[in-house]
Amino acid sequence: MLESLFSTPKICQFKATSSFVTPHTPLSLNRQGTTGMEVGQMQRRLVEFTKSLFMEGFLDGQFLQLQQLQDESNPDFVVEVVSLFFQDSEKLLNDLTLALEQQNVDFKRVDAHVHQLKGSSSSIGAQRVKNACVVFRNFCEEQNLEGCMRCLQQVKQEFYLVKNKFETLFTLEQQLVAAGGSIPTMEITSF
Amino acid sequence: MGMAAAESQFHVLAVDDNIIDRKLIEKLLKTSSYQVTTVDSGSKALEFLGLHEDDQSSSDSPSISTNKHHQELEVNLIITDYCMPGMTGYDLLKKIKESSSLRNIPVVIMSSENVPSRISRCLEEGAEEFFLKPVRPADLNRLKPHMMKAVSKDQKQEKHEEEEEEEIQSQKHQQQQQQHHQQQSSPRPSGNSKRKAMEENLSPDRTRPRYSDIAAVV
Repeated sequence: MLESLFSTPKICQFKATSSFVTPHTPLSLNRQGTTGMEVGQMQRRLVEFTKSLFMEGFLDGQFLQLQQLQDESNPDFVVEVVSLFFQDSEKLLNDLTLALEQQNVDFKRVDAHVHQLKGSSSSIGAQRVKNACVVFRNFCEEQNLEGCMRCLQQVKQEFYLVKNKFETLFTLEQQLVAAGGSIPTMEITSF
Repeated sequence: MGMAAAESQFHVLAVDDNIIDRKLIEKLLKTSSYQVTTVDSGSKALEFLGLHEDDQSSSDSPSISTNKHHQELEVNLIITDYCMPGMTGYDLLKKIKESSSLRNIPVVIMSSENVPSRISRCLEEGAEEFFLKPVRPADLNRLKPHMMKAVSKDQKQEKHEEEEEEEIQSQKHQQQQQQHHQQQSSPRPSGNSKRKAMEENLSPDRTRPRYSDIAAVV
């Protein structure tokens, strides 16, 4: 049962729709001085990168839900929530490290922290972090210190990986918008 | 009493110890045009509700001229996480239902864990709905009926109290006449809505999200 948590996701089909790049003016310059073609390339790069995050299991559908909540009244919503996640999680990871270093480890306390992290990662769609937390909680329940310490390493690894991915994602989005392009929205058409 | 409330938005109190979930539920609720207050614990929730507990009990008078202040603070629905340190969502639910001034406020429980016994326990204690986390925009569509019901319940309360009094008097009269021949048990209308809520919540469509359902539209 535990293996299934780390199985690679099935091949999913993606469709990205874009409203900016129009086929009939590929070489006209826009206000920012970049060509339609460059913006198109940037869009494609962003789409491919985003796709890879889903394919590799870093993100799940909940992240799309988050993106859908973003609107003109709150255009930085996703970045705000994800940044909050980074801050909150780093604190939790520090607390976990300390808690597991104690002479007498309080597994209930450890579990409470992992539960928090599991909740947050689930809420933003950070699937691999969430899955690592699920395994971690099992070891907490068993009061297996070695298992817990291995899990903490695993969770940390997944956290820093996804943090890196998010940073790249946001940078690509920023660059695209600065170049005058619009961010295509993702649609998962089959899974 | 609640007449000016028709113009203003419904006010939801959201309770969750997780900062990300608080931000999310706040956004979801605001997107659905509700006024939102978030707190991070059950005790803070009670404190918030208790602040105008006095106001609410004194607002039984039909006059609405002094209501502007506490109408802004009036809570139309409470949505709370189940797993919280100290006071759980279930504990909070119980306290609300035990309070004469608060028990009419509809309560919704959220949880990341799908535990049937937990769900039934909450519904039996008087929760209107049980949402699995992460909460989706579609889930919020289920909130409005409960808030509307509570508003109309308040408005009809005075009228019905009078009518009930009359009915009780006439029933007593009838029973006296019929004496021992009929044994009647009075119907409990509230039981039906609870059963319905239970059925709704245990229905299969609110299980794990299916990816084929997700679509983002430009």
